[in-house]
Amino acid sequence: MGIYSSLVEIVGKDRVSNSAADLYLYSRDSGAQPPGRADYVVLPKTAEEVQKIVRLAGSEDIPITPLGGGLALSALVVPQRGGIVLDMKRMDRILEVDEMNRYAVIEAGVSQGALREYLKKNHPRLQHSTPEAPPTATVTANTLIQGHGHISPRYGVNSDMIGGMEVVLPTGEITRIGSCALDRKWFTRGPMPELAGLFVGWYGTTGIVTKISIKLFPKPAFREVMVFQTDDIDLLPEAIFEVMYLDLAEDFFLITQEKPDWMNHAFLVVIVSGHFKEEIDFKKKVYKDLFKQFKGRKTIQFVEDLHPALEKRFLDVPPLAALAADFRQGGGFQYTGAILPIDKVPEAWRKGIEIAHRYGMICSYVHQVLLGNSIMFGFNYSFNRADETDIEKAQMALADSNRVTLELGGMIWKGEKPAQQMVLEKMDPNTAELIKRVKGLLDPKGIMNPGNWERE
Amino acid sequence: MRHEEILHRCFRCGYCKLPGDYSDINCPAYLRYRFESFSPGGRMWLIRAWLDGAVEADERLQEVLFSCATCNNCVEHCIFPKFKDQILQAFIAAKEKMVEQGSLPPPVRDYLTTLYKHGNPYKMPQKKRGDWAADLGVEKYANQAYLFYIGDVGSFDERGVQIARSAAKLLGRLGASFGILAAREGPDGNEARALGETELFRHLAEQNIKVFKELGVEKMITLSPHGYNAFKNDYPELGGRFQVFHYTHLLISLLTGTGISEQPDSGPSRRVTYHDPCYLGRHNQDYETVRQILGLLPGIELVEMGRCKADALCCGGGGGNFFTDLVCSGPETSARVRVREAADTGAEILVTACPMCTVMLEDAVKSQNLEDRIQVRELSELVTEAVFNTGRYHGHI
Repeated sequence: MGIYSSLVEIVGKDRVSNSAADLYLYSRDSGAQPPGRADYVVLPKTAEEVQKIVRLAGSEDIPITPLGGGLALSALVVPQRGGIVLDMKRMDRILEVDEMNRYAVIEAGVSQGALREYLKKNHPRLQHSTPEAPPTATVTANTLIQGHGHISPRYGVNSDMIGGMEVVLPTGEITRIGSCALDRKWFTRGPMPELAGLFVGWYGTTGIVTKISIKLFPKPAFREVMVFQTDDIDLLPEAIFEVMYLDLAEDFFLITQEKPDWMNHAFLVVIVSGHFKEEIDFKKKVYKDLFKQFKGRKTIQFVEDLHPALEKRFLDVPPLAALAADFRQGGGFQYTGAILPIDKVPEAWRKGIEIAHRYGMICSYVHQVLLGNSIMFGFNYSFNRADETDIEKAQMALADSNRVTLELGGMIWKGEKPAQQMVLEKMDPNTAELIKRVKGLLDPKGIMNPGNWERE
Repeated sequence: MRHEEILHRCFRCGYCKLPGDYSDINCPAYLRYRFESFSPGGRMWLIRAWLDGAVEADERLQEVLFSCATCNNCVEHCIFPKFKDQILQAFIAAKEKMVEQGSLPPPVRDYLTTLYKHGNPYKMPQKKRGDWAADLGVEKYANQAYLFYIGDVGSFDERGVQIARSAAKLLGRLGASFGILAAREGPDGNEARALGETELFRHLAEQNIKVFKELGVEKMITLSPHGYNAFKNDYPELGGRFQVFHYTHLLISLLTGTGISEQPDSGPSRRVTYHDPCYLGRHNQDYETVRQILGLLPGIELVEMGRCKADALCCGGGGGNFFTDLVCSGPETSARVRVREAADTGAEILVTACPMCTVMLEDAVKSQNLEDRIQVRELSELVTEAVFNTGRYHGHI
């Protein structure tokens, strides 16, 4: 029996395609990377179907690439060597919300928007960490690429919020990790050997996660935004340190945009929340006082008359971040997600402006502070998908900002293939070898999303 | 191709697939197929690829394009201003190009051919167009206040005929002055236009406009929101400028002031939920008329579905799919999802104001075995029951 027929036998005729139109679409994403090549697209509904497909791929020696919302923008799940794309979005059940123990068990295809709305309707006192991505992004894929969300400055990155997972291994076994491996509760992934780490940050090269448990957090009744602005970039590390040291912010990000002129400042956007009005008023007062007294005074000013549209944009969860894709009226957007130490922000800030100008772009930044230890510094590039030159410029700008990130001692979040090459080249050879060994151990046939985390 | 210049600007963020609260899939074609190709963004990219010669207009691409139910959810929820206004027009333009090339799924080809040959998709003789009203005493149009335009479904579909009769009888009992065209009525062409058969649409529209003008029509009401949409939005540029209303617009003015809402409540209320037809709601921004009518009725309690008004999930019947069936089969069709959503409100009646929606939803109730939980009514039927048949109303109308 051929591969197509075997896939049809597993999931049914309506859920398999090898038509040119579907393959075209599943061979590319919205970022600036060149297309890959898919041979089949399959839409599984259950872990058992995923298991059968993985076993088939293993026996036929063909690659298999799992796809969530497809919004990483760096072609992480664009197949590089053909094979099967597994679009996981039919696995869209929210299986359980344990309110007392504050976690939700969901299938891999559940979107951010669906979980958020479900919690709002059924468990309004709880929330999950929602990334600054369209609501079609899936919760599971975001945690697996070490994404972060609107409460990450307080609670950490989203991959730290995994309480358990179900994984189909490249050899076909369905495995559970965390307390769910012992009992029916999915409340914690330890204490036990950190097996979740075998699947977080690997971009699907070590297995296909079919379910996760995600931690839920209190959803305070009151939530407000405060914006401060400065033109002195060198003040930013200390300002970030102080905001985070006070430990009163729910979310904290930095933005700027060279045009229009009124946006051409560094804005520190601090979101405070609380169960009580008095609590939020207190937090606002503390932060206002902080910057009143900060350094030479008035160097970082409170923005008194924040435009209502901006206030909404800052408070929206998720925000309409995708709007940046149309800055050049061309539908393309990608960024280097530099995970930087806080003290490197001024240098990165200046270098990023240089890079944008080098390629004729207007600089625009959105950076999110992650706890107090690092910042996700976004070197953002919009481009026109209808203009090959514009796409090449975006690729070159990405290469430059990837290089700057590594030069500054940073790491690259969900980097595209060339970025992964840079990281592997710079990495301690023993670490790179360990990555290779782990992959080889779990995926001896090398069928899982090949091309990622491997040297060319 | 018209609107070609916007195709590459789609980022495929996917807001177009969702309702305003992001809770679920709100695009009928994507819900049915679940391949990204069938989402508005996927369709946008594939049209670009087709124009660039990267993919061919094969069977699958035809299916991708012609499964669009033209429900306007993508236009409503896309986050890119101005760009969004052209999304659906771009899809229709691509279908036009496919029609020009003769690249059509067989059911679409058959629908358009039958419409052209027979003047209706049911292969019925034109002289039978007025048969639905044979025993009702409905007058032919001759300078009454309104022309009542019925359309193909109301004239020929078995269930549609019941709805046409119900609406005509109700309006008559309430004292409306209207007449029908009977054998002089032609198809409104809304579905032909949505399927990209622009020339056929133009031909049908010009025939209708000629008849309307000959008869001195100034004001018209339509049974179907689809016809309402065509007459209101597309006929003017072909010279057909009339005062166009959906029949519910006349109905509310007839009911208002009758005192029906002041009748003493003499029994338990019936819980009703309302399905917004896309061509009344999202295409023409009328979300309130039917709700106001329901608010006037004695013994009716309106409960809303989670997805309503601009967020309503389409029944899947628009864009010609009522006839071509491209998104209407399988367990996850939007009509089936919609009736489950309606039943989950606890309503015993699912009311709508469109003959196509009524048929689609009734079929879905049967296939979902929900007959014991919920029944589908077209609005005029519910109004008739509530006002005249329940014994609650004791007024003079």
